Amino acid sequence: MTSRLQALWGWFDSRMPSAAEQWRIHAAEYYAPKNFNFWYFFGSLALLVLVIQIVSGIFLTMNYKPDAALAFGSVEYIMRDVPGGWILRYIHSTGASAFFIVVYLHMFRAMLYGSYREPRELVWLFGVLIYLTLMGEAFFGYLLPWGQMSYWGAQVIVNLFGTIPFIGPDLALWVRGDYVVSDATLNRFFALHVIALPLVLLGLVVAHLLALHDVGSNNPDGVEIKKLKGPDGHPLDGIPFHPYYTVKDIVGAVVFLAIFAFVMFFVPEMGGYFLENNNFIPADPLKTPTHIAPVWYFTPFYSILRAVPPLFNSQFPGVLAMGVAVVILFFLPWLDRSPVKSIRYRGGLYKGWLAAFVVVFVLLGYLGVKPTTVWGQFGFEAFFLDTRDVATWVARLCTIVYFLFFILMPWYTARDKVKPVPDRVTP
Amino acid sequence: MKRLLFLMMLAPVLAWGAEAGYPLDRSPHEPTDLVSLQSGARLFVNYCLGCHSAQYMRYSRLTEIGLTEQQIRDNLLFTGEKVGDMMKVPMGAQAKQWFGVAPPDLSVVARSRGADWLYTYLRTFYRDPKTATGWNNAVFENVGMPHALWSLQGERGYDPEKNQWTQITKGALSQVEYDMAVRDLVNFLVYVGEPAAIKRKTIGIVVLLVLGVLFILTYLLKKEFWKDVK
Amino acid sequence: MEAPSVKSPIFSRRNFRFHKNSISMSDQAKVDKTRRNLMVATSVVGGAASVGAAIPFVISMWPSERAKAAGAPIEVDISKLPPGELGVFEWRGKPVWVMKRTPQMLDGIKQVDGRVSDPQSKVPQQPDYAKNEFRSAKPGLLVLVGVCTHLGCSPQFKPASDKAEMGADWTGGFYCPCHGSKFDLAGRVYAGSPAPINLEVPPYTLVSDSTLVIGEDKEKKGA
Repeated sequence: MTSRLQALWGWFDSRMPSAAEQWRIHAAEYYAPKNFNFWYFFGSLALLVLVIQIVSGIFLTMNYKPDAALAFGSVEYIMRDVPGGWILRYIHSTGASAFFIVVYLHMFRAMLYGSYREPRELVWLFGVLIYLTLMGEAFFGYLLPWGQMSYWGAQVIVNLFGTIPFIGPDLALWVRGDYVVSDATLNRFFALHVIALPLVLLGLVVAHLLALHDVGSNNPDGVEIKKLKGPDGHPLDGIPFHPYYTVKDIVGAVVFLAIFAFVMFFVPEMGGYFLENNNFIPADPLKTPTHIAPVWYFTPFYSILRAVPPLFNSQFPGVLAMGVAVVILFFLPWLDRSPVKSIRYRGGLYKGWLAAFVVVFVLLGYLGVKPTTVWGQFGFEAFFLDTRDVATWVARLCTIVYFLFFILMPWYTARDKVKPVPDRVTP
Repeated sequence: MKRLLFLMMLAPVLAWGAEAGYPLDRSPHEPTDLVSLQSGARLFVNYCLGCHSAQYMRYSRLTEIGLTEQQIRDNLLFTGEKVGDMMKVPMGAQAKQWFGVAPPDLSVVARSRGADWLYTYLRTFYRDPKTATGWNNAVFENVGMPHALWSLQGERGYDPEKNQWTQITKGALSQVEYDMAVRDLVNFLVYVGEPAAIKRKTIGIVVLLVLGVLFILTYLLKKEFWKDVK
Repeated sequence: MEAPSVKSPIFSRRNFRFHKNSISMSDQAKVDKTRRNLMVATSVVGGAASVGAAIPFVISMWPSERAKAAGAPIEVDISKLPPGELGVFEWRGKPVWVMKRTPQMLDGIKQVDGRVSDPQSKVPQQPDYAKNEFRSAKPGLLVLVGVCTHLGCSPQFKPASDKAEMGADWTGGFYCPCHGSKFDLAGRVYAGSPAPINLEVPPYTLVSDSTLVIGEDKEKKGA
């Protein structure tokens, strides 16, 4: 048996040696730093969620109907009449939120340990592109159940493009293919969601991984393990990705899947955050639901949009601020001027700013799902108070801190007191 | 479009106002109580299905709550439907003329409104001569629907300012019995909203157990391999 | 330390190089055995879990409740069907033929016993109560799924009067336009036709003289 298999493998290998070569480059002889910690699970988990979403998406597509008259019913048909259909749907809806949780933690890891710094700028750029594509993928997919939140969420976001000076109104019309969000919009969003963006996403993921494996992984100490090599030519602090990180990542995947399964089977709506109550009402173009907010993963940016007051009678400044808040991520590798990469060797200045960034990001996210009246009103009037909602002013403050984190970064990272970085990774 | 954006900013404010209305009672429904579900099914077919459909729900599915196909045929089907049919309204279009709006489909109403809202709503109808139907509701102000269960609860009056309820005529059920009936009906609506919910948790436990075993094995395997790494 | 070998890359010995110098060979064997056992156990449980995870995906492709409901038995009123004429009803998306056969037609069926390939209906293409001379529960009443057993076309009814087209010895039956298969008025296939077996008789119940239920056996009713 074994010799037969070996013979078969030999037959294959002699005709396609690049298969084994790829395995060698990307797993068996990809030397990763041996000091990866908890934060390093989220890369492989993001890949896992991508696979979960693609597979569950394919099977949902077999029964979903991208037609304004049938879409809502076809989702309920999947939930009730298709054998096992409700499992597929909950996998996909839980997976959407899980994707963002994993990606946000993965990006935060890069900020903790300076993984975007030279020579990994391209890895970061591809990563931010993946994040942007993911936002598009989530936005297009969210219209498909054709509930009230789907409909009005799409309506509002498409209208954001409408505020762009000069081309805005025509652009919004072109995106919708109709004067309101309609069957035409649903049909094209379906095409983009199930074909176009997944292809882009897969391509970017491949680019992200190739770029990473060319320069090698960063680590919690932010030291370059390739600088010190043993007699065998491999980094002294490196271990082969396979089997060491494959067996480790599998443990992470099992824990992740357990949490995933818990949400799916016990709290699939996650208190209205993963599946929103209003989305169980079919889309009605004549009636806006009383409380509309985007899904939780968009709310930090939505808060920034709401926080910026209209200027020159136009909402565009808010839209612009929201756009810049995302695009600014691309510049991170060049904004950071610190001589060290990892948070472990940075001074209090950077730690303080990063902590402030995390606080305002979470706060903005929280405020984005709540009405602006959530914290009541100021008890006084003043000429500069265009609104007395406390929450709006908090959101404005947070927005300023969010942008200052990036804008002041060249200054505070350069003058931060850093600790000496060791030559080798610490255990 | 600017107006729409403005509306979007304003919408949460409006929502805040609407949410701060009549306090909701906690629904005491019990999804595993088959007797309650069956009684809810009977109430639903008798009192709701005249105007409201549950168009994504098949009668045949009610075997899950302990009814046989014969029982479904004998007790729940009145107008020549087949057991495999959807719970649709026999007269649909007429209702829109009577009430001004088409009565909404109730397949997933428990998922959009929530059980507590339904439980409170169905128990807070009161007589109000100012409305077209002569009925109003403390939870859903100026609701288009008359009190479908009034023969059970009796007619009641309500003073929103003093938050005071008065019984005008007696219904067929006592207040406790009526609350129980509404509990059964809400229980049924919650079930109809997601029939898979019963199975879901059972499967979930099995999945978590398997993953638990897998965790122990993969963790041991990881530790074993990582003995190499110094 | 061994030189890395490029071949057999998946579980190469090279990956275990780290402990080579630190522990003795017998310990080494023990470590390898523990590893192998753990790997087998994890693979078995992981494999089983993967199969379990595949279940919802696989079963989602079976007919849905809607498809099953659409395939439910149908009730047909045959009181107005004239003898010798073909009534076509849809059941599970397929045409079902119902015909009240006249005594002449039944005679015609007897005449062709020698020319059909399975005169006794030995191939199970009918419920037990239709496994007889005329392939029906009641001799006069024909109930057939009108789908050719060759490649799924629906054959045409050719009465005995169509002798000009079907030949002088034609006693009435069905002719498939796709590949020329011929069947008699009991749905038995003529020898030499492309179709290999007789037409299918669906399960049915004659509730009264005027009502026929197609798709449900008397025995199974209520189950």
